[in-house]
Amino acid sequence: MTLSASEIAEIMKLIDESSFDEFNLEMNGVKLQLRRSGRGRSAPAPETGAQVPAGEAPAPPVPGLPAGLSSAGGRDIPAPLLGTFYRAPKPGAAPFVDLGAQVEEDTVVGIIEVMKLMNTVRAGMRGIITEILAADGQLVEYGSPLMRVGAGG
Amino acid sequence: MPIRRLFIANRGEIAMRIIRTCRALGVESIIGVSAADRESLPARAADRAICIGPAHPAGSYLNPEAIVHAARASGADALHPGYGFLSERPRLAELCAAEGILFVGPTPAQLAVFGDKVRARAAAEAAGVPVVPGGEISTADEARALAERLGVPLLVKAAGGGGGRGIKCLTRPEELDALLQLASAEAGAAFGDARVYLERFVARARHVEVQILGDGCGNVVHLGERDCSVQRRYQKLIEETPAPGLPTQVRGALLESALRLAASVRYRGAGTVEFIYDVPREAYYFLEVNARLQVEHGVTEAATGIDLVAEQLAIAAGEGLRFGQAGIVLRGCAIECRVNAEDPEADFRPSPGRVTRAQWPQGEGVRVDTHIGAGADVPPFYDSLLGKVIVHGPDREAALRRLHGALAETWIEGVASNIGFQREVTADAEFRAGGVTTDFVAHFLERRPPGAGAARRAHA
Repeated sequence: MTLSASEIAEIMKLIDESSFDEFNLEMNGVKLQLRRSGRGRSAPAPETGAQVPAGEAPAPPVPGLPAGLSSAGGRDIPAPLLGTFYRAPKPGAAPFVDLGAQVEEDTVVGIIEVMKLMNTVRAGMRGIITEILAADGQLVEYGSPLMRVGAGG
Repeated sequence: MPIRRLFIANRGEIAMRIIRTCRALGVESIIGVSAADRESLPARAADRAICIGPAHPAGSYLNPEAIVHAARASGADALHPGYGFLSERPRLAELCAAEGILFVGPTPAQLAVFGDKVRARAAAEAAGVPVVPGGEISTADEARALAERLGVPLLVKAAGGGGGRGIKCLTRPEELDALLQLASAEAGAAFGDARVYLERFVARARHVEVQILGDGCGNVVHLGERDCSVQRRYQKLIEETPAPGLPTQVRGALLESALRLAASVRYRGAGTVEFIYDVPREAYYFLEVNARLQVEHGVTEAATGIDLVAEQLAIAAGEGLRFGQAGIVLRGCAIECRVNAEDPEADFRPSPGRVTRAQWPQGEGVRVDTHIGAGADVPPFYDSLLGKVIVHGPDREAALRRLHGALAETWIEGVASNIGFQREVTADAEFRAGGVTTDFVAHFLERRPPGAGAARRAHA
């Protein structure tokens, strides 16, 4: 059994929310090592050592793995659920956050509406908004990137 | 209004099955998948895949709001729920109606009646269809009186159960109170409905069911019966049509009963009326209605040549029934074997993982419904069905020969499967003779020599 990108992301989330600093998993030729690089949550970027079993085609590039570690070092805020994404509390109002905004874990960055039910989306990480990836009023799938967050603050 | 774009709210082999009909009809297919199924075959085969939620079904395949939101946002005119998950929940059908999306299935009211096994029994009785002796119980005294009348062994069933779930067997009268409490608590936790009812346990029973189609206006047809007596713990393993050796008058009465019940509620869509047939008494009783397409619908399609998914879409689109009873002819015999990712040598424990090799059978009279190829993931979150091998032949002997050939060329590696077990069962003299009862698999396992599957395991 191998792990899909979303499963790894899920495990990372669990580790991140737990008190463990290191996680090792070995099963049927898959070796997964996760380690917290720092003490605090401000530096959560973990090392991943996911290996593809020998002889198997490498997995296709996976968008958004894990929470969008990009080459620029930024991370993506994933949509926590499927729905229609809104950047502002109501039409015409100023957006919750804009490019260059400093966000904390609990900063509200948008709303996702599912069947008329409004769900608040929080950044879940610290940093500066470097890119807006989902447009206002757009259908966003579960896990699709909403905004990119760069280091800062 | 013809359906142009169909949203598929399901996964696995049934999603592939529905996509196939979409392609045949020129209907665009959109599938809502969980995060674990993004790379699955149906996600690739559909015209568009939308990730509706996390791997755990509670947030995805069991989330009607996310599903209907995705269906509406993607511009689908209709939604097919497949089987399992939300297929029989009135909530999904209601949400679709509220959003102007055609629900490919019965009305919410019909789903509510047949989803409640006590109300379903009452509907059957009202239509003059025999039900298993038993009934609902509300007090301990009532339960004791009814249990005494029925005698042991008897079954305690959850009103919110069905499909083999929420059933307990009582063998000692003195354990009635304790079992009722346990069954009720479990039913409350599992189905959100603590009501239970009692039924006589039919020891030598066959499971025979009738495929029906209704237009929602009172016109109904049947597409013959299926015998699903080869079960393990109420989960079907092999299904076939026609039911071998079923007395002609019993078969006729059974089909007639199914039509009467369906017509009495003006049933809409495809459904299955399940019966148990008490072999020594030559009596049949209504069990439940599965208000959806069933896993084993393929044997009926093989014998009738009718695409049931296409008929479901036609009914949903308001075209009604496109043939009368005289237009339905069952030819020959069709048998289906379910191939599951479960290990018969480890008490049929599910075996999720990655499939490294998948070889499915081909040839005349052989059909395979599957979503599994080499490299496919079998996530641990869902059922273990890998595929269905369906064979058709001019008679049962011919179909059995095809089945043996087909199973011999079926190989799954990377996860454990029950293919070897299915080869053994279908080669068994009692199964080959036809007309086994629902306790067949349990007895087969008892007399199976220890280590019978060892040769297969050595290969794995």
